[in-house]
Amino acid sequence: MVSSSLCIRELCKRYGDFVALAPTSLDVAKGEFLTLLGPSGSGKTTLLSLIAGLAQPDEGQILIDDADVTHSPAYDRDIGVVFQNYALFPHMTIEDNIAFPLKMRKVSDAEARRRAGEALETVRLPHVAKRYPRELSGGQQQRIALARCIVYRPAIILMDEPLGALDKKLRDQMQLEIKRIHRELGTTIVYVTHDQEEAMTMSDRICLMNAGAIEQLGTPQDLYFRPRSLFVADFLGESNLLSATVRGVDGEGLDIVLAEQLAASRAVGNGSRFAAGEPIKVMVRPQNLLVGEGGQLSGRLTDVMISGSLTRLYIAPEAAGLPQLVAAHPTRSGSPPYEIGQRLSLGWHAADAVAIHEGKGI
Amino acid sequence: MATMRAISQRLGWTRAAMGAPLVLLLVLFLVYPVGQLLLLSVHGDNGFTLAQYRQLFASSVYLDVLLITLKISLVTTLVCVVTGYPIAYLISGVGKERKATLLFWVLLSFWTSFLVRAFAWIVLLGRNGVINKLLLWLGIISSPASLLYNFGSVLVGMVNALLPLAVLTMLSVMENIDRNLPRAAATLGARPGMAFWKIYFPLSLPGVAAAGIMVFVTAIGFFIVPALLGGRRETMITQLIIDQVQQTMNWGFAGAISVLLLVVVLIVFAAYDRLLGLSTMTGASAPRNAKPSRLSGPVVRAGDALLTLLGAISDRIILLLSSRRRDRNPDQAGMGLQAFVWTMLLVMSAPTILMIPLSFGNGGLNWPPQGFTLHWYETVLSSPVWTQAMLRSLLVGIGTGLLAMLIGTPAAFLLVRSDISGKAAWLAFILSPIVVPRMIIAVGLFYVFARIGLVGSAVGLVLGHTVVAVPYVVITMMAVLRNYDTRLDQAAQSLGARPLATLRYVTFPILAAGMMSSFLFAFATSFDELTIALFATGGLNATLPKQFWDEVTLQVSPVIAAVSTCLFVFMGLLIFVAERLRRRAAAR
Repeated sequence: MVSSSLCIRELCKRYGDFVALAPTSLDVAKGEFLTLLGPSGSGKTTLLSLIAGLAQPDEGQILIDDADVTHSPAYDRDIGVVFQNYALFPHMTIEDNIAFPLKMRKVSDAEARRRAGEALETVRLPHVAKRYPRELSGGQQQRIALARCIVYRPAIILMDEPLGALDKKLRDQMQLEIKRIHRELGTTIVYVTHDQEEAMTMSDRICLMNAGAIEQLGTPQDLYFRPRSLFVADFLGESNLLSATVRGVDGEGLDIVLAEQLAASRAVGNGSRFAAGEPIKVMVRPQNLLVGEGGQLSGRLTDVMISGSLTRLYIAPEAAGLPQLVAAHPTRSGSPPYEIGQRLSLGWHAADAVAIHEGKGI
Repeated sequence: MATMRAISQRLGWTRAAMGAPLVLLLVLFLVYPVGQLLLLSVHGDNGFTLAQYRQLFASSVYLDVLLITLKISLVTTLVCVVTGYPIAYLISGVGKERKATLLFWVLLSFWTSFLVRAFAWIVLLGRNGVINKLLLWLGIISSPASLLYNFGSVLVGMVNALLPLAVLTMLSVMENIDRNLPRAAATLGARPGMAFWKIYFPLSLPGVAAAGIMVFVTAIGFFIVPALLGGRRETMITQLIIDQVQQTMNWGFAGAISVLLLVVVLIVFAAYDRLLGLSTMTGASAPRNAKPSRLSGPVVRAGDALLTLLGAISDRIILLLSSRRRDRNPDQAGMGLQAFVWTMLLVMSAPTILMIPLSFGNGGLNWPPQGFTLHWYETVLSSPVWTQAMLRSLLVGIGTGLLAMLIGTPAAFLLVRSDISGKAAWLAFILSPIVVPRMIIAVGLFYVFARIGLVGSAVGLVLGHTVVAVPYVVITMMAVLRNYDTRLDQAAQSLGARPLATLRYVTFPILAAGMMSSFLFAFATSFDELTIALFATGGLNATLPKQFWDEVTLQVSPVIAAVSTCLFVFMGLLIFVAERLRRRAAAR
């Protein structure tokens, strides 16, 4: 089992006036699966290129197992990269593609061939060795890219939206595959994606990026249930965001008032400090918004959507100053039919209402 | 069923109407004239004869000329490909802005008339030219050296003429190489030299091969450079054909030499096809199951070993040279490469640019230019011979552009959009005017035109020029049509537009930029065309290149420098306009 820790210190990259990556620090533990998540242009691919040595930082340091590699060329870093469009060499057979990194490391021909065969077994494509990349389907090419990367056991593997070009079903399958390989090899993996679901299912930790900086770093549960900023709450999953004011703080719990003195309620903090009188947003996930249980609010049903396992109710609150809300519940057969325009009572458990600072988190 | 048959019949007629004009043009003004010429070579007073061929091989004179031709062409090809490669490599990798700048200079040379460039070298290499003056000033020589009329001057002229073609051909392949591949190789542990030789270079080989054959075939049919810059010992085979036609009117012998030339060219193409496949020339991607090369195992393995060796050597050199510059941007081209490319671009365009000050001087064509005068321009503009030649060239150019577009565009539609059988064969037929040496077409046309009274007429010139320009129109339009999303047409039709309305409101407006650029290409081909004009103008009614040729073979005068400058500026403007059009189309 080969794996290394990665440590990034105040790393920064500018293109002219454009700051692609503001000074950023990040630690990745040995064997960790860390995902860089964010919208396009958030700096995640820039960060990945800097780690890989495909771009040079303007400031800062990159350490692999405490060794400074900031200025080492890509070929000396012992990092594996799975490129977005796989970057398989079109003029080489699959076997030659996979053996390439071994040949660069002066591994003997026979040994290279043997290990290439093993790598092909690992990605479950042993029969394609003699073919050329263009003869394979997208999903197969993706597996080969993975095989070419794991064959030389790099200490860290970087993946740049490796599943972006695949269809949904294949993507789900490959996610499992990558997780399996991660478990088997124990390699440190830094994974880039803009797909929040993918990030949630695969990662040990997620590093959510926005506008060239880290917005929040934590486990998927942290980010989903305790978002530090509105951006995080909005980017990960669906959320209802209600304006409120803090009235009092006791430990983790908060006394709040919803909207314009509408109703008193309780909420929990997201790990940062709140002060009495501070205007905040309260986030309630759709699945935690309870319908028909004498709660804090009431509203009228405007739309119902059944998307397979979930039924979504869109509700316009009666009080002014609140946005349209959405509640999601498991779809059950034989549940009473909803009528558009029907008046509904809405509520939530205090533990499911998370307070978020109006501005950026502290 | 009946309606089905009616529809398919109507479709058949539409297709025939789209393709027929081009086929007719090529049959009448390419196949027939060339066929006639070839027939003449075996046709004596009493029917079939091989007398011409006996004469051809009787002495070693003609074979020697063939060998010289092959030698000059080979060396030219080698130099063009080797020096053109770094240029194309740099251009394919730089950002948009710098690419436009670099490309402008390549295109400017590409479109500057062969005549103008050859003439510029006469002046440059002359006894009182820039080079001699420079060498004298530097004290390297004590009296002017004779730099002209030898193998060296021919080679310089040939390379200068054909380097842009090599660069552009290689560029079209290099632009399609994914720049992520060398980067991927780097992450897999390949040092820069290894990544280049084992990954990038093999992928660029089709471009190298295509550039090689394009340059070689063009060089073999060249006569302007050897005629103007070479001595007697640099006579090339096309010059022999000109002599036979213009001086002795010996059609049979001209035909025999043409056959020899044609056979050589066809052998070259056949060899190329055997090794690499002709489809690589048009830049079409190889079929899914095809192997990238038809070379056999041992050759491939030897090649691979050689590339590994080259990679290792390069990396050793890089290591020795650049140990001090650790944090250079890995994607940026090295200073050495940039310096080389700019030097080459300078050498490529300098001769023509040096022509400009000379055309305003009153010291003849000696360097440095003396004084300032507009006398030479006045001479040109007040001479009816020159002004009429200019007008005629414009007229013929526009006529050629229009006719080539009108005939070529429907054929391109047919080749891209419909599934006619034997597409590859049709394409080969349409491209044959590029393959068949221009000189053979020119002589054949002259023979046919002479019999139907088209010599000296603008119509004859337009027809002849269209034959050689139309392949470029078809290629350009095919590329444009391949990128065209046919769903737009379907959308228009679903919205109620009939086929003609679809063409008028959707298809043509989107294709306009492509059509404009293919028109300009055809126009420029005609405007610069000398070979066909050499004969088909019949001594009277010269076009601009013909007039230029007549003057320059008579005497080297500053008047020609003035004309060169005009042509240079005109072409510069044309490229500028074409590039603007292209960018506007791309921005949409």
